[in-house]
Order: sequence, then structure tokens, then C-alpha cells
Amino acid sequence: MSDEWSAIAGVLIAVLGGAIRVGTPFLFVSLGECLTERSGRINLGLEGTLVMGAMTGYGVSYLSGSAWLGVLAAGGAGVMLGWLHALLCQQRRVNDIAVGIALMIFGTGLAFFLGKPLIQPSAPRLPALSLGAWSDNPAVRAALEINALFLIGALLAVALWWFFRYTRWGLYVRTVGESADAARALGLDVDRVRMLSTMAGGFLAGVGGSFLSLYYPGSWSEGLSSGQGLMAVALVIFARWNPIHCFFASLLFGGAAALGPALQSVGVTWGYYLFNAAPYVLTLLIMIATSSSTRVLAGMPGQLSSGK
Amino acid sequence: MIRTLEPLLIPVAALAFSLLLFAVFVAAAGADAIGVFESMYRGAFGTWFSWQNTLGGAAPLMLTALCTALPARIGLIVIGAEGAVVVGGVSAALTGLALQGASPSLAIPAMALAAMTAGGVWIGLAGALRHYRGVNETISSLLLNYIAIAVMSFLVFGMLRDPATLNKPSTYPIGEAFMLSPLGDTSIHGGFMLGIGACILLWLLMRHTPFGFAVDIAGGNMRAARLVGLPVGRLVVITCLLAGAAAGLAGMVEVAAVHGRANTSLNAGYGYQGILVAFLARHNPLAIIPVAILFGGISASNGLLQRDHELPDATGLVLQGIIFIVILVSEAWYGRLNELLGTKRPTA
Repeated sequence: MSDEWSAIAGVLIAVLGGAIRVGTPFLFVSLGECLTERSGRINLGLEGTLVMGAMTGYGVSYLSGSAWLGVLAAGGAGVMLGWLHALLCQQRRVNDIAVGIALMIFGTGLAFFLGKPLIQPSAPRLPALSLGAWSDNPAVRAALEINALFLIGALLAVALWWFFRYTRWGLYVRTVGESADAARALGLDVDRVRMLSTMAGGFLAGVGGSFLSLYYPGSWSEGLSSGQGLMAVALVIFARWNPIHCFFASLLFGGAAALGPALQSVGVTWGYYLFNAAPYVLTLLIMIATSSSTRVLAGMPGQLSSGK
Repeated sequence: MIRTLEPLLIPVAALAFSLLLFAVFVAAAGADAIGVFESMYRGAFGTWFSWQNTLGGAAPLMLTALCTALPARIGLIVIGAEGAVVVGGVSAALTGLALQGASPSLAIPAMALAAMTAGGVWIGLAGALRHYRGVNETISSLLLNYIAIAVMSFLVFGMLRDPATLNKPSTYPIGEAFMLSPLGDTSIHGGFMLGIGACILLWLLMRHTPFGFAVDIAGGNMRAARLVGLPVGRLVVITCLLAGAAAGLAGMVEVAAVHGRANTSLNAGYGYQGILVAFLARHNPLAIIPVAILFGGISASNGLLQRDHELPDATGLVLQGIIFIVILVSEAWYGRLNELLGTKRPTA
């Protein structure tokens, strides 16, 4: 009996640790997507940005010897892709979703192309903070090996919430996202606000990508991302475009993704591949449960062409 | 005059411009751009052998492109072809295994039907969720891709696994008898004709029947379609069913004409390339045929590109990304070609 309990406790601790580890990239990408969507555009290309960020972060960390420089460079790559997205979306009759799909393919292709020589070498990784040092249980200690980026992300979520709510620029972004006409009447440059929001969103997604290559799983390979950038878009809808909710939603998604490996670690191997589908099934179920064909979602920026 | 040629001129110009950008890219990467184009031409269309590879690679692209093109006509952006190929391929393999010993003239159509049903239900689900629950079809169809791949992995790594397949877990083979025979004495597989047939059939349906007309009306203005009493929900779901059936058939073709069994080769990216083909063909089923052949050629030449120029295998992906971006921007040129070329625009 006690064996079973300790196995269940082991799974729970592993899921919690996994939620933090696997959830961190979700957190950054979803905060980036949240910012972009509040300005009235959807950027599906963040999947490409994530992969590009992972490659850039790893490459720069390898060349410079500094993992944190890699993180910054990853953000820079994200800014470039965000700029491209915004620039393309400004053209007449160009659909933001389609641009996103194109940039997903382009960003992924570019990252694989440039990242080919990076598959072998090992770059300096981001250090972990051992917040579980107080415990003598190795499972708890492993679960609480936390990366500083997770803490930065958590602070960013609060900062972004405050930004939207209390700052002049936050109000600009919300106005542009709610009604471009109203924003123009106020004299705001809609395209400019959206471009800056998409570039800042790209920065965050790039940083999220660098977490993948520099911390967990912690190396560069072509199979690094499995759609986290896209799931983040669904996650933002689930979080109702609220950065604080994005934080909790990311943990939930990370936990769902960690379920399969956690079960495997205690010897439950049946259905390993099915458990891998857990985050996707969860996302889909949440979207089915929270969407409606007749009313607009609470909190949805008025200018989003979809999301409804 | 120029106006009527726009649907042809603009994509061709966009393609030419993309190739120019790609040339700059490979030159920046240190490769000889002219030589790269030569290799691409040789690998895609240079010899009868490369033509056969190109046409074989074009077959699944035609079918997966239909999976994006048809829903696009009614205003939906569906990117779930990859998942529909997977469920289609697995269903076809299961049907083939269940019917071992039966006559091929029964089993092959049954496999195709099973694949089309599975793919149709898969994408039909995304369409139904969109219409009846308001779930964004782009995201749901994408999530369904990952779910399809997970289900397939569960099956081929588990209960359906042929223990003889070590490196690449697969189902048992469906057997030589159930394989689609190649065309004549070529090595172009039978799926090519299926792809062409599907494109022509769906072009006729979309362009020359009341159903296709209703879809175009709903795609142009959903509210107007409702006001004139069109059954919009049914149109959305049926369009998505047909789209998914086409992609499902691509899965059957991959199993019954290429691999002989279902495995992870099914999610080799045909679904994602199909999105690009559909956009380049402007969602016209007939235009999909030449565009798919072109992209079949790009894929077929990828190996030669790696060998001749030591370029990474992602080179093709970069080229596709560039083409996609330029094609989207070229949307803005429609109706303005006169202006851009400096001729006088008729007063509207």
C-alpha cells in the first residue's frame, strides 16, 4: 500500500517539476502571443520563432561561451521575425493567420538550415537554482531545480498585466486591439503599435525557444519543438488574454506534457505515446468547452479576425 | 487584358521573385547559386528518372493541397492535412490487414474508402467544431495533427507492431497483392492518377455545380449566405469532409503505393507542403495539379542539392518558406497590376 502511495506521490512530484520545466517555454511564448493579440493580430509564426530562438540561443551561447548572451540573441532573432510578420501583415489583403503559417515554415527551415553545424557541439547551458535544497528527498530536489528564466517569466506575467492595466502604452495597445478606427481617431499609428507589439512578442517567444536549447531538454536538435509555439496560441485563448492567467495555463500545459514521462519513470509504460497527446487533447477540450458559436469570448480583443 | 491574365502573371512573377531571393540566400550561405538551380532542374525535371520521382512526390501533395483549398473556399483556414494523412494511412493499413486473402479488387477500394472516411471524419470534426462551437479551425486542425501522430505511434509502437521492424516500427505489410500498381512500365505510382482525378472531380464540383456555387457564396459573405437561406453549417461540414477525404486518400496512397505498411513515414510533411501548394494555386483545384508537380520537383531535387552542394536538407524548407511569404505579399498586387506597370487604369 505504502509503495503505491509513494509511487503516486512520485508521479505528482515529477508532474509538478515537469510542469515548471516544460511550462516555461509555454509561459514565454504565451506572454508574447498575448501581447501581440492584445494589439489585434494573431501571430501563428511564433512556432517558427521558438525554433529560431532555440537555434540562435544555442549558437550564440556556443560561440560566446555565455548562455545569457544566447538568451538575448534568441530574443533578437524573435524581434526580427516579429518585424517581418508585422511588415507583411501591413500589406493590403494579407491575412495574419496565413502570414503566420508562412513564417512558421520559414523560421523552422531557416533554423534547421543554419543550425545544422550546431547539432554536435555542446554549448554552455543556463544554470539551475536549487530551491529544493531544504528537502532530503531527491525527487523533491529534482522537481525544484528551477531555472531563473521561469522566475523571470513569472515576474514578466505580472509586469505585463500591470502594463496593460496601468500604463499609457498598455492603453495604446489595448485600444488598437479593440478598435483600430477608435485608435486612429485618437491619432494613434495603428500599424506602428502593432509592429512594436509583434516585435516585443517575438522577443519573448525567442527567449522561450532559448530555454528549450539551453536548459531543458538542453541541446539543439531538429525535433526540439513539438508545436509549443502553436499550442501557446490556444493557451492565450484559454487564458482569456490575461497575462496572469497565461502563467497558470502554462503550468497546466507543462504538467499535461510531463504526465507521460512521469508515469514512465515509475514503471507505467502502457500508453506512453497516448499520454504524449495529453496536452493537445487538453487544449482541444478546453477550446471546445470555452468557445461559443454565438457570443464573442469574454476578454477577446475586438480586432482579432479569429479566435472566435 | 492584363486584368484577365493576373491570376497567371502574378503567381509566376511571385515565383520568379522567390527564386531570386533564394539565390541570394544560397549565395550568402556560400553556395554557387547558378549551380544550385542547375542541380534543382536536373533533380526535378532533367531526366525521365527525375520526372518519375517528381510525379510520384506530387501525388500526395495534390491530395493534401485539396485539404486546405476546399475549406479556404468557404473561408476556413485548415492546416490539418498532416493528421488526416496519418489517420487515413493507418486506416488503410488496418483495412488491408483485416482483408488478407480477399480479392484485391475488393480490398483496394475498401482501403481507399476506409482512408477517405477516416480523413473525412478527422477534418469534418474541425469544420463541425468551427461551425457549431465556434472553435478556431486553424488551431483545432493543427492540434488534431499531433493527436493523430500520437495515436499512430501508440499503435505502431504497440499492438500493431510487426516485430521484424526494428529501426522504424511499422505495422505488418499489407502484402504485394494489395499494392497499387505503377502506371504502365514507369515507376510512377498509381496514386498520381488518383491525385489528378481528385483535383479534376473537385474542380468540377466546386466550379460547375450548385453546391460549389453555394460554397463560394458562403465563403464570400457568410451572413449573405445565411440570409438567402443557404444551409451554411452543412456546407462547412461537407466541404471539410471532402477535404479530409482527399488527404486521407493521400495516406492510403502512401501505404498502398510506396511503403506497403503504415509507419512514421506518413507524417513526412506532405500535409504542411500541401498548405503552400493550395495557397500558390489560389485554392483552385485545377491549378493545384501543376503547382503540386512543381513542388514534387523541389522535393525530388533535395537529395541532389545535398550531394552536389553540401547544402543541409532544410534547404528545401527555406525555399518553401520564401515562396510562401512572397506569394502572400503578392496578394496585394491583384487589381493593381495596371498601376504597377504604369498603364492607365480604367475608371471604375
